[in-house]
Amino acid sequence: MDYLTIIQILDSSVRLATPLLLTCLAGLFSERAGVVDIGLEGKLLIAAFLSGAAAAVTGSIWIGLLAGVAGSLAFSMIHGLASITFKGDQLISGVALNFLAAGLTVVVGQSWFQLGGRTPSLSGDGRFAPWNLPFSDAMAKIPVIGPAYDELISGHTALTYLALLAVPLSWWVLYRSRFGLRLRAVGENPSAVDTAGISVVRLRYAALVIAGVLCGLAGTYLASLAAGFVKDMSAGRGYIALAALIFAKWRPWYALWATLLFGLLEAIGNRYQSIALGDIVIPVQFMQALPYILTVIILAGFVGKAIPPRASGQSYVKER
Amino acid sequence: MSAQNEAGRQETVAPTASATAPSVPAIELRGISKAFGPVQANKDIAISVAKGSIHGIIGENGAGKSTLMSILYGFYKADSGQILINGKEVQIADSQAAIAAGIGMVFQHFKLVENFTVLENVILGAEDGGLLKPSLAKARKLLKQLSDEYELSVDPDALIEELSVGHQQRVEILKALYRQADILILDEPTGVLTPAEADHLFRILEGLKEQGKTIIMITHKLREIMEITDTVSVMRRGEMTATVKTSETSPEELAELMVGRKVLLHVDKKPATPGAPVVQIENLRVIDEQKVERLKGVSFEVRAGEIVGIAGVAGNGQTELLEVLGGYQNGTGKVVMNSQEIDLSGKHSNGQTRRARGIAHVPEDRHDEGLILEFQAWENMVFGYHHAPEYQKNALLMDNAGIKAMTQSSMDKFDVRPPNPKLEAKSFSGGNQQKIVLAREIERNPDLLLVGQPTRGVDIGAIEFIHQQIVALRDQGKAILLVSVELDEILSLSDRIIVMFDGQIMGERIPAETNEGELGLMMAGITDTKHETAGADQ
Amino acid sequence: MSKMPKWADAILIPLISILIAFFFSGVVIWAIGKDPIMAIKTMVQGAFGSTQGVGYTLYYATNFIFTGLSVAVAYHARLFNIGGEGQATLGGLGVTLVCLSVPWPHWALALPAAMIGGALFGAAWAFIPAWLQAKRGSHIVITTIMFNYIGAALVGYVILNILKVPGSMLTESARFPAGAHLPTFHEMLAPFGISFNKNAPANMSFLVAILASVAFYVLIWRTRLGYEIRAYGQSESAAKYAGINPARIVIIAMLISGALAGLMAINNVMGEAERLIDNAVEGAGFIGIAVALMGRNHPIGIFLASILFGFLYQGGAELAFWESIPRELVVVIQALVIMFTGALDNMVRVPLEKLFLAFSKKKEA
Repeated sequence: MDYLTIIQILDSSVRLATPLLLTCLAGLFSERAGVVDIGLEGKLLIAAFLSGAAAAVTGSIWIGLLAGVAGSLAFSMIHGLASITFKGDQLISGVALNFLAAGLTVVVGQSWFQLGGRTPSLSGDGRFAPWNLPFSDAMAKIPVIGPAYDELISGHTALTYLALLAVPLSWWVLYRSRFGLRLRAVGENPSAVDTAGISVVRLRYAALVIAGVLCGLAGTYLASLAAGFVKDMSAGRGYIALAALIFAKWRPWYALWATLLFGLLEAIGNRYQSIALGDIVIPVQFMQALPYILTVIILAGFVGKAIPPRASGQSYVKER
Repeated sequence: MSAQNEAGRQETVAPTASATAPSVPAIELRGISKAFGPVQANKDIAISVAKGSIHGIIGENGAGKSTLMSILYGFYKADSGQILINGKEVQIADSQAAIAAGIGMVFQHFKLVENFTVLENVILGAEDGGLLKPSLAKARKLLKQLSDEYELSVDPDALIEELSVGHQQRVEILKALYRQADILILDEPTGVLTPAEADHLFRILEGLKEQGKTIIMITHKLREIMEITDTVSVMRRGEMTATVKTSETSPEELAELMVGRKVLLHVDKKPATPGAPVVQIENLRVIDEQKVERLKGVSFEVRAGEIVGIAGVAGNGQTELLEVLGGYQNGTGKVVMNSQEIDLSGKHSNGQTRRARGIAHVPEDRHDEGLILEFQAWENMVFGYHHAPEYQKNALLMDNAGIKAMTQSSMDKFDVRPPNPKLEAKSFSGGNQQKIVLAREIERNPDLLLVGQPTRGVDIGAIEFIHQQIVALRDQGKAILLVSVELDEILSLSDRIIVMFDGQIMGERIPAETNEGELGLMMAGITDTKHETAGADQ
Repeated sequence: MSKMPKWADAILIPLISILIAFFFSGVVIWAIGKDPIMAIKTMVQGAFGSTQGVGYTLYYATNFIFTGLSVAVAYHARLFNIGGEGQATLGGLGVTLVCLSVPWPHWALALPAAMIGGALFGAAWAFIPAWLQAKRGSHIVITTIMFNYIGAALVGYVILNILKVPGSMLTESARFPAGAHLPTFHEMLAPFGISFNKNAPANMSFLVAILASVAFYVLIWRTRLGYEIRAYGQSESAAKYAGINPARIVIIAMLISGALAGLMAINNVMGEAERLIDNAVEGAGFIGIAVALMGRNHPIGIFLASILFGFLYQGGAELAFWESIPRELVVVIQALVIMFTGALDNMVRVPLEKLFLAFSKKKEA
């Protein structure tokens, strides 16, 4: 494995980590406010579909982005209606949303495009263009640093840089702003927030709005990366992001490292169909399953114990 | 939102001596009514509290005290009635409106974020602007002033979960003061405090009163009412039965007003005739999941035909004592039951093996432990005994029809109302739920009965019945270990009293030879000079 | 003070929820430019209009009874097992290994053995998430989802590298021996002079599913284990007080749940395909969630809900064929049913309770 290969794998890790990171941060805001969001997968999928569809029709990924965010937001609001307003089971609501996305994207997609659930492929302005950072061409010639800068740091799309920027921003909002204080409080003890004269319902909906927008970005990124929507293209990324969230102990910076790790795993799995270690050949199926296996190991607490926000998963019912 | 939070500049309101109380009451409620579905929690309540006074509201569990205060704090909306603050009618639609009207509330279960610092908890909901930094700095300064002024010292950077219960309560009071509350409502504030902490709280309240604050205290403890309040209102079954000056009333009169008839403060019972020891406990220790030692080497015994009462403030190891004897908490030490040692490690034992050994257990919390609220009465009537051979039809199936018949006769015998085995446990009143638990445990004819808080949340009529049942079991020659935080209950029911503090036994007393004052000191950990090895053979 | 009569809670609420779900499904059909009434007609005709349709409907229903019971048994212990898909996949592997290992002389011998194989493999796949939940506190919802993916990868690998017939282009196992063939409805009903379509896949397993439903009822409401499962599901602290070991209940309930999901394979793998193909479960594990929610975790409710979903599946296939509405429409309906009978339960319940309260007050007055 030479240096350039490593750089390429890392570069592809960043590409694959981007949607995971955005989704993970979406889950972070939601769960920090006490709303477990197993429906991330569904939001991702509906956003990917709507952005792909809108971009295919209008030729502009930016309009696609708007459509994707709108779809994901709508799903977030359904989740809020079920789990906040009607105090329903958050897990069941999330599961329902995942199926709703899986079904609707194909049914509606087929009706719109007659391509068996796919959208027409995107090209040109229908996809996000890579951003070449200043001097990347010039620096590419410098050994060692050059390729790293040109391949790894430069040349991603706007959303990747936005996702990276979202990490310190999320940290700042959570720990340095009034909104963040209240958000964290409502995920720990909603009755403390309620008796302090702040609306638990409004705060939780606000968290779901943020989650909806972030998932919308992630879904659009997927559609743009794959140049169009394909059936079930989220492929469990919503669940992986949830696992990354647990791995990250519900903290923004850890979320970055966790999703980069999962991105790296996927990148390796994509590049090497099977890996030979001496006499043992690791089959491709194992590489595909690796992120899920790793998630289970993390969940098993063999990599440190993760304590979720105390009120997460519970509807808030007033009591004396 | 920040307009009301200018606490920094004005600090506390200029003091007005309570002697010159103005004529306009701080709070006046007129005709407040509130129903929850078919239950009328508050019925046409009128009350008037003078500025700069401490007003007590007393009543039994379920009398509607907490509902009334929750209405005042905007937690519930009254169906009808008016609220006047300083003579002006106000609409309190939510807690925010209550805070704006100058009302602060300290709930029975604190409303604090456990893993936030004191400062973060104080500013939550009362921040200045979108950034935290200036709010925190301001709160730090103000907290310093407040704690100097009112003996409210608490480390502003400590996490709530690291603080003692007494300190957490101070944080709640600080929260209210930070929001410039002039009226402070405290709901059962001493329930979880040691007597020393309670005294400290009362000093704080006196200090606040001198600064012109108005305080409403909800309690069911007569002693506290007599000790600290200026006026007192009595509630019964959702209605306000009387409002009197504390100096012009007596505990006996208040008790009668509370329950609506003369209260039998003592249980009729013959002197005990203790027999052989049924259970002998030596050096019993319990360390909980957080690695905190809850029981620190407890030794005593309970004999046949006697009631041993454990007195103590909640959280001093009594719960763990019952749990380890009941078989669902692990411990170390030695427990000999009917001259056979029982396993404390939990490896070879659980609640069911304990029951098989003749230990029955009425747990402290019937909602979370003693009953499955969603189960019907007959299913609850075998809970914990569901493996007993007489409840099985064959090797595979339970004898549901037989269990229902047995439940019917038990319900009749224990006067459970309504006597319907197919009703879910949650549909019964507190007293009748407790009777179901008691019937289940007593009817199995145990050698040792563990009873925790037998009358918590139980109406007066049922209390007498439950006490009679416990005494009757004693008279059959059974051993009874009673845990209660109600000193009255301990004093009237026990044949011997053991006082616990901080996981240890502080001493042992005979009810006739002691009083609440002495027991109270021991419960606060004041060393017992007459300390003896409790339960040692004479 | 019960606010509502029992029948309203058990029947009226789910019924209204389902009607709302169907209404929105109709809206979806209408939105993609099709006629909902026409769609329903096509579905009913396709699912019940012929013995072939009925055969398919009951074949699908059999799958859903197994997975619905699987979800329900876990749910009685308040465990949300989303891993039915993976457990049924592994069950398929178990059934396949049993069927291919011996040249079975007769189905009466092969069926019990296959049942044991499927149940064991399904239970084994549920065991690890159960153990992790009981001993390490890992959230069973996420671990079971992960095990769905891992299970798909594992069985995919086994088919491709071990079970595949050498030289064949198809990623599937060898065909099961003739002695492992389960009687179809056609063969079962012929001796009684009833003619049933020859190609319909409904088979013996349907009767096994009904037996499993009866066994489920007995287990949950008549045995000590069922009593303990329900008690633990309602209150863990009370269960501890009563001497019920929580870890034991979690693991046993999940083993039964996994076994039931695994049993499904006698229908789809042994009864229908008669070989193991990739992705044989086709989402039936997930349908189990909707079926259990709709059937209120009771075998009679689960049976009825399974028939309904069997109808939707078969009708959906007809819809895809005649009206070119994708089969995924069933997934949409399934999502709406889960949403309205599960998460939005209070939306129907609260107004209904108020209605009953007002009604009973009126009666008193």
